Amino acid sequence: MCAVCGCGGDDKPRDLHFGQGAAGAHLPGLSQARMVKIERDILGHNDALAAENRKRFAEQGVLVLNLVSSPGSGKTTLLCRTAADLQLRYPVAVVEGDQQTSFDADRIRATGVPAVQVNTGKGCHLDALMIGRAVEQLGLADESVLFVENVGNLVCPAGFDLGEAAKVVILSVTEGEDKPLKYPDMFAAAELMILNKIDLLPYLSFDVERSVGFARQVNPGIDLLNVSATTGQGLDGWYDWIEQRRRQVVAARPRPAGAEGR
Amino acid sequence: MHEMSLAEGVLRLLDEQAAAQRFERVLTIWLEIGELSTVDPESLRFCLEAIKKDTLAAGAKLEIIRTPGQAFCMDCGKPVRVAQRYDSCPECGGGSLQVTGGEEMRVKELEVE
Ligand SMILES: Nc1nc2c(ncn2[C@@H]2O[C@H](COP(=O)(O)OP(=O)(O)OP(=O)(O)O)[C@@H](O)[C@H]2O)c(=O)[nH]1
Ligand SMILES: [Mg+2]
Ligand SMILES: [Zn+2]
Ligand SMILES: [Zn+2]
Repeated sequence: MCAVCGCGGDDKPRDLHFGQGAAGAHLPGLSQARMVKIERDILGHNDALAAENRKRFAEQGVLVLNLVSSPGSGKTTLLCRTAADLQLRYPVAVVEGDQQTSFDADRIRATGVPAVQVNTGKGCHLDALMIGRAVEQLGLADESVLFVENVGNLVCPAGFDLGEAAKVVILSVTEGEDKPLKYPDMFAAAELMILNKIDLLPYLSFDVERSVGFARQVNPGIDLLNVSATTGQGLDGWYDWIEQRRRQVVAARPRPAGAEGR
Repeated sequence: MHEMSLAEGVLRLLDEQAAAQRFERVLTIWLEIGELSTVDPESLRFCLEAIKKDTLAAGAKLEIIRTPGQAFCMDCGKPVRVAQRYDSCPECGGGSLQVTGGEEMRVKELEVE
C-alpha cells in the first residue's frame, strides 16, 4: 500500500527567492550555469497518452467510465451485475486494475463479458499507458461501453487521466459519510457518486443526507445515485445514467468517411 | 505510489529537456505545486531525493513554489482565495465555488549547465 500518499506532510510554505536567489548567486563568467524556462506539467506525459486514448474512444464512439473508490466498496460486484445486464443491449468490456491477482477479471469473465486484468505491482493507480495497452488486448467494439475499475484507492487515481469520459466514485455506506471531505480531490474529479450497499442502511447509523451534503460541498454539480449492487435496488437509475452518456458519445462520433449523405 | 510517479515524471521531463535545450547537469529545479493539487510537496521532495542519484539531477536543489488556491464564487460572482476544495466563500459564505487556480503541478524553470 502507498506509504506516502494520503499522509499529511509538512507543507508549510518555504522561503523562496525566485529569480534572484540561486541564479543571482552565480557570478557571470564563473560558471556555465544558465536558466531555462520549462513550464511543463509533471503529468504531461500521462496526459498526452490519455488524449490519444480519448481520441480513439471518440472515433469509435466508445463510452469509457473510470470507477474509483476505496478498497471493497463494491466496484466489482456492481460491475459484474452491470456488465451482465447491459451486454444484452450493447457490447461491454471491462479493464480491472489491482496491485495483484486476477480475481476481479475472473469474476467479470464469469459473466461472459470480456475483461483484462492490469496488475500495477507496487503502483496504486492505473495510468493512461496501462489503459492503452489493455484496450489493445481487449479489442474494442464500436459504440460499446468500457468500464475501468481502478485500483481501490481514493487518492492517486484522482490525478491520473486515463482518457475516460467520466470518473464515477463509489462510496459504500459502511465507510462513513465523511469521505467526500476527507478525500476531496476524488469527489471533485468525479461526475457521479454512487452510494452503494444501501441494503445495509437499516443496520448502520449512516446518514445519507449528510454524505450527499459533503459531496455537494466538494462538487456542487456531482450526480448522485443510491444503489445496492447485491439486491439490485437503484440499478435502473445507474443504467439510465450510462445510457444517457452513451448516447452523447455515439451522437458525437465522427461519421466515417464516405458515410455522408446516406 | 503517487508521488513516486510524479518524481519519475519530473526526471523524464528533465531528460527530454536536456536533449532539446542542450544541458548536462541540473543545478536547481523549480516546481510549481498548487495548494489544491493532488500532491504532497514534502512527499514529492522525498521521492525525488530517492531517485535522482545517478541522473543528470543528482546534485540538484529542489525549490517548490506553492501557488495559491483560487476560486470563483457562483453565488456572489467574486474571485476568492481558498485553502481547501470544500471551503465556503470567504466573501458571502456560499458553498458553490469553482476552482480556477492552484491545481498546477509543473516544472517551471531549471538552472542548468
Ligand atoms: N451488503 C452488500 N454487500 C456488498 C454490496 N456490494 C458489494 N458488497 C460486498 O462487499 C465486498 C467487496 O465487494 P467487491 O465488489 O469485491 O469490492 P471492490 O470495490 O471491487 O473491492 P477491491 O477491488 O478489492 O477494491 C464483497 O464481500 C461484496 O459481496 C452491496 O450492495 N451490499
Ligand atoms: Mg474489485
Ligand atoms: Zn499513492
Ligand atoms: Zn461568494
